[in-house]
Amino acid sequence: MNYLKSTLAGALALGTLSLPAAAAEDTIKIGVLHSLSGTMAISETTLKDTMLMLIDEQNAKGGVLGKQLEAVVVDPASDWPLFAEKARELLTVQDVDVMFGCWTSVSRKSVLPVIEELNGLLFYPVQYEGEESSKNVFYTGAAPNQQAIPATDYFLEELGVEKFALLGTDYVYPRTTNNILESYLKGKGIAEDDIFVNYTPFGHSDWSKIVADVVALGADGKKVGVISTINGDANIGFYKELAAAGISADDIPVVAFSVGEEELSGLDTANLVGHLAAWNYFQSAESEMNDEFVAAWKAKMGDERVTNDPMEAHFIGFNMWVNAVEAAGTTEVDAVSAAMIGQEYPNLTGGTSVMLPNHHLAKPVLIGEIQDDGQFDIISQTTEVPGDAWTDFLPESAVLKSDWKDLGCGMYNTETESCVQIKSNY
Amino acid sequence: MKNSFLMRNPSILIFLGLLALFTLAVTLMSEATGAGLISTSFVKTLGKTLCLCLIAIAMDLVWGYTGILSLGHFAFFGLGGYMIGMWLMYERTRQIVETSLANAEIPPTAQEVVDAIGSQIFGVVGSSDFPAVWAFADSLTMQLVLVVAVPGVLALVFGWLAFRSRVTGVYLSILTQAMTLALALYLFQNDSGLRGNNGLSGLQNLPGADAIPQSVVSIWFFWASALALGLSYILAAFIVSGKFGSVIRGIRDDEARVRFLGYSVEGYKLFIFVITAMISGIAGALYYPQAGIINPAEIAPIASIYLAVWVAIGGRGRLYGAVIGAAVVSLVSTWFTGGQVPDLPLGGYTLKWVDWWQVLLGLSFVLVTLFAPKGIGGLIDLLDGIRSPNRHGAALGPDSGSLQEREARE
Amino acid sequence: MRQLLILFSAVILLALPAQAGPVQDILQDHSALITKSSRKTIQPAIDALANSNLPQAQIVLQTWQGKDMWLRIEDGLFFRGNTLPSKAIQLIDFDSGEAAGEADKKALKQLKPNSGVRALIGTALVQFQLIDPDPARRAEALAAIERAPDASTLLPLRASIEGETDLGLKARKIRTERLQTISFDPDEAARIAALDAIKGDLGVDVRAALNPVLTTKRMVFAGDPPADMNIARRLKPGADELTDKQAYDLIVAANLGAPRLTPDALRTAMVNNAADGMVGGVPVAELNTQAARERAYAGLVTAGVVAAAVTDAEAAKAVRAHRFVDVYDEPSQAVTDAASATLDAIETKVALNQALDLGLDALSLGSIYFLAAIGLAITFGVMGVINMAHGEFIMMGAYTGYVVQQIIPNYTVSIIVAIPMAFVVTFAAGVAMERLVIRWLYSRPLETLLATFGISIALQQIAKNIFGTQARPLTSPGWLDGAWVLNDVVSISYIRIAIFVLALIFLGFFLFLMKKTRLGLETRAVTQNPRMAASMGINPDRVNMLTFGLGSGIAGIAGVAIGLYAKVTSELGADYIVQSFMTVVVGGVGNIWGTLLGAGMIGGLQKGIEWLNPSNTLAAQTYMIIFIIVFIQFRPRGIIALKGRAAGD
Repeated sequence: MNYLKSTLAGALALGTLSLPAAAAEDTIKIGVLHSLSGTMAISETTLKDTMLMLIDEQNAKGGVLGKQLEAVVVDPASDWPLFAEKARELLTVQDVDVMFGCWTSVSRKSVLPVIEELNGLLFYPVQYEGEESSKNVFYTGAAPNQQAIPATDYFLEELGVEKFALLGTDYVYPRTTNNILESYLKGKGIAEDDIFVNYTPFGHSDWSKIVADVVALGADGKKVGVISTINGDANIGFYKELAAAGISADDIPVVAFSVGEEELSGLDTANLVGHLAAWNYFQSAESEMNDEFVAAWKAKMGDERVTNDPMEAHFIGFNMWVNAVEAAGTTEVDAVSAAMIGQEYPNLTGGTSVMLPNHHLAKPVLIGEIQDDGQFDIISQTTEVPGDAWTDFLPESAVLKSDWKDLGCGMYNTETESCVQIKSNY
Repeated sequence: MKNSFLMRNPSILIFLGLLALFTLAVTLMSEATGAGLISTSFVKTLGKTLCLCLIAIAMDLVWGYTGILSLGHFAFFGLGGYMIGMWLMYERTRQIVETSLANAEIPPTAQEVVDAIGSQIFGVVGSSDFPAVWAFADSLTMQLVLVVAVPGVLALVFGWLAFRSRVTGVYLSILTQAMTLALALYLFQNDSGLRGNNGLSGLQNLPGADAIPQSVVSIWFFWASALALGLSYILAAFIVSGKFGSVIRGIRDDEARVRFLGYSVEGYKLFIFVITAMISGIAGALYYPQAGIINPAEIAPIASIYLAVWVAIGGRGRLYGAVIGAAVVSLVSTWFTGGQVPDLPLGGYTLKWVDWWQVLLGLSFVLVTLFAPKGIGGLIDLLDGIRSPNRHGAALGPDSGSLQEREARE
Repeated sequence: MRQLLILFSAVILLALPAQAGPVQDILQDHSALITKSSRKTIQPAIDALANSNLPQAQIVLQTWQGKDMWLRIEDGLFFRGNTLPSKAIQLIDFDSGEAAGEADKKALKQLKPNSGVRALIGTALVQFQLIDPDPARRAEALAAIERAPDASTLLPLRASIEGETDLGLKARKIRTERLQTISFDPDEAARIAALDAIKGDLGVDVRAALNPVLTTKRMVFAGDPPADMNIARRLKPGADELTDKQAYDLIVAANLGAPRLTPDALRTAMVNNAADGMVGGVPVAELNTQAARERAYAGLVTAGVVAAAVTDAEAAKAVRAHRFVDVYDEPSQAVTDAASATLDAIETKVALNQALDLGLDALSLGSIYFLAAIGLAITFGVMGVINMAHGEFIMMGAYTGYVVQQIIPNYTVSIIVAIPMAFVVTFAAGVAMERLVIRWLYSRPLETLLATFGISIALQQIAKNIFGTQARPLTSPGWLDGAWVLNDVVSISYIRIAIFVLALIFLGFFLFLMKKTRLGLETRAVTQNPRMAASMGINPDRVNMLTFGLGSGIAGIAGVAIGLYAKVTSELGADYIVQSFMTVVVGGVGNIWGTLLGAGMIGGLQKGIEWLNPSNTLAAQTYMIIFIIVFIQFRPRGIIALKGRAAGD
């Protein structure tokens, strides 16, 4: 079956055959647009497997609208232009009804013009820098106010940090997040001199000087905290250097926004106990649904595999989509989009997520301390925080808001009371 | 004169004829202008492939004919893309901003419009001011000039420095690789003013052409790419024929001898280096509006190495070889990585082509280099029997190959 | 140790008469605070326990701090909990110290104070722990003081010095006491004495105590500042320190002048005063230039709708009329003088040490580059083979280390086994590659580049298929953990020292091999003239094969070292390949000293640029590569260029 399907798909894509596959009529197609090769395959392959697991489970329950779901998996190979190409292929050649995919912001920005042109539907599961709200995208990951701001508050309130080192990989998410945080911290009375910012390339491995710089920040008697938006592999070298320098979480706490269970499985966490991460989900969350989810994942993928935050985002997003399709009675994008707003679904960590009119979720924010087994000990959990598409802490964005329900606009200027643009900013 | 030029190069007419046929076929099958047999996304893929063929011709000129193995031509390709991308982004954003500011209570000043465009474009990367490199972004003419001027000037400066100090062979290859790496790293920085890792996006949406569907835009770009490829082929054929061509081939085979004969080797090399950089820039400027996004990862050193591989597989030292190599390898590569090739069950293990394609590709380079140094183009020689007479003993390659050959005979 | 102590205390408590539960009462009084603990609100609960004079207070606080306190949900009582092997929790009553039964985890709630709360508990525990008989506890208390200096701990600390028996701890206590004195002692003389005593101490904590004493506030006065102010310095507006614009902003901030008209304010004024399509006599449609807006504003001023804007001349006059000073927050001039003298002395030393630290970092980076490049120095430098798969040999070495570690769990043994294993694996791979591919291409160096590049991408993908794309852990043995700390400024991790030593060993090995062994002699002979060498009875095929294998094998060992300090992924090698080639080319092909110099130069340069621009590491790499490009223009044959026949071409 698989053999036949992929042959047909291949033939179709190459345009040498124009007959539609007969089987396509009675299934609902779901596009999975995650890199299976290249640099991002590390993170994204897991999400592809998550989607396949969720789709199988739903099919076992009888599918949606009485039809079976069919996953169409493509590989954009961590190549950003290829994301646009594959998205176009999914929408026009494969005729998928919805897509789940992308990880990096640049891949999302690459796909945006295509799905807006062809009126597709994308569920984006990763924490991101905000400053965007597209009619055709539902953002199930955290906006900065659902991850960065609460974590910074935790530093300020609970740990009494007075001096901040914002370390990040040099790309959009850290840049924008750090920008927002700088502005937020200044609003909280932190002087500009007390904010140290550093950007490193992807996969950076030589951390000794940066760690020494951070230690030296303590010289003026203020408590130093590190907010890390370091991405992927580079974290391994960073944490190794941190451990070698003997920096304990009590002296200089580090809170990371891109380090989850998956990333920690690449290193020995014995020396990192007590450092922090902020997410909307940790595998260690105690709830029955989570136990089931983790068990199902391990049963499918093997015992050593872990679950993480973007997986939960897909879990919520997928189930909301299923419910919205059932509510709308069709998979037609506009109807489903309208039905999505206001959808509720239980979180794996307890409580209920709600899809807001700005296409972001209201989700709880969790802060966890790293334990020596590579898991997180949840030490703080908020109630549901509504995701904010446009941050309140940058002057240009503070006046903007997104409301697809009443205003029908993702970039609405509340000062001039006009819609800046219907299509999004890419 | 022209007649004789074409007569001496029958491959030009054949190539142009095939290109025209191909363009016509695609036009007739496309969604916009024909039967809709092939999808818009595939038209875009084909258009992009033509651009890759174009840069492959440039690579063949510089490597196959002149013997400079440049591992940095994708830097020029990317720069061309960036130059056109700047205008596309600026103009599209300007239209959005002007529509939106028209609703304001008082009309905006020119400065306010520019500021608003700036914060739209750079808001993504946490900035709002226009860097100096965007000085001409509001003018299409200027940016079109820059498409060839920026790669040209970079190639001129770099080439002048490198050729003047007689950096040759492998050293030059590593140096060009360093150049493209430095450029990629520079562009990766947000401070470079070209939106860092995000690059320039939404390039497929032509300003003021919102009403025109992508199926039409894609065929326009396909035509433009085919035209550019055809013209460049003629230009390249013209360059390599005649005396100029003999000199650069002489430089490839033995640089010192050509120098002793009184030719300005540096001048010839520089000319080829600069003209190919400009062709690459044009290829990039046509490629990225079809791809939709350009970012620094595009000009990472690996891309330029692939370019060399395409040319090697297609066959160096013959222009159609480069075109064949680029088209075949990139299309086959798309096909394999697209996950559309059936898995190959091998008893206990299922061979997934998504996983193993790279291995196959890598090993095929090795095999081609070892056993078919003339590449696919060599097959054409076999077909029509125009195989060049065997002038020297061993199948030794360009550059220091001839030196080694001399040694072998001694 | 800690468990033992808790047990020990519990035994003592058992001997006491059972009480009605005063500890539980206190905990119940603050139940809401404790269960929803936050650093901002928890202090009363901690104080109540710490000041209760109950013998159990210390244990309760320690239990709480150690996340061992549990809440029984049904009755809201607090207990100390021990997790039993059966996963159930054994509850122990705080007051009596007796077991109070077992309970399932679901019926309990574990109290997890965050590290801010734990630090507060730690501070409260200081008074008990400073005189605890257990030196470990005393050290813990001292650490709590060092971490969170607090005025309340100064007196107990001072009192405890006298009776301290452990010499190391006593020294630490005296030092901490001095720092505390500087920060919190009201007595001026004592502070100055302490300031003198710590002169020359490089510790970050010393500077952390000194700097707050010297914090200043920038202030503006209409006349001369009050005489009793401890003024750090007077500022002259218009100089670099304080521009005229900043000076005027200070005046505005101090409410001593009216704000200037910004473009935004101007625009707002236009919007607010638009009436009948006109603003201040100018039609709205014409307000699309700055000049027109200013004209309209002038019209508004004439109409008396808005206040006149401050002109440049007025602003300049106001700046001239005011005095700008930096004022110490600390009122005593004697203290600030002493503190700045001490700090100046320290800062000079710190700067020197920072330069030293930077030098060490550069040396370390250089040795990593050298290690990555030394294999290439053999294959490319000596044999002239462009091996683009060199990076993949490094990667294979690192993965070999990972696989060995999966089989041998002991980290020390596994590393000792991994290093020769990595050599063997990559040596074999190198020999195979030389036999199958490279020997056919000796006369076509550029094509070697392509063929080996093909091998490189194939190897990379094979590694991905086998090990997955996720980074794999390669953990260094315990004795390589940590860092060699000279002082608070200069330190370098042991793993980097090990890499440095390894690089030195390889340098020595290379020199020995090339200059003192037969293989080295033969290699040099074959490289210079294979035909002549062959006629002397040397088998060039064999020599080439061995040399290439050797270069590859060294790359494998380098892979283990690099994997230990960074990460093991399939892209590990690709990260180093361009740098390695540049190291060899910059240094000068065919000369190991050149490679060494090249690595040192690249490492030093990169660190130097990083130091100049600490917020952007990427820029450092960019400029380093540009520098190398320019450098090669001027020295195309590298730092150490071979001369004469050895130069080959």
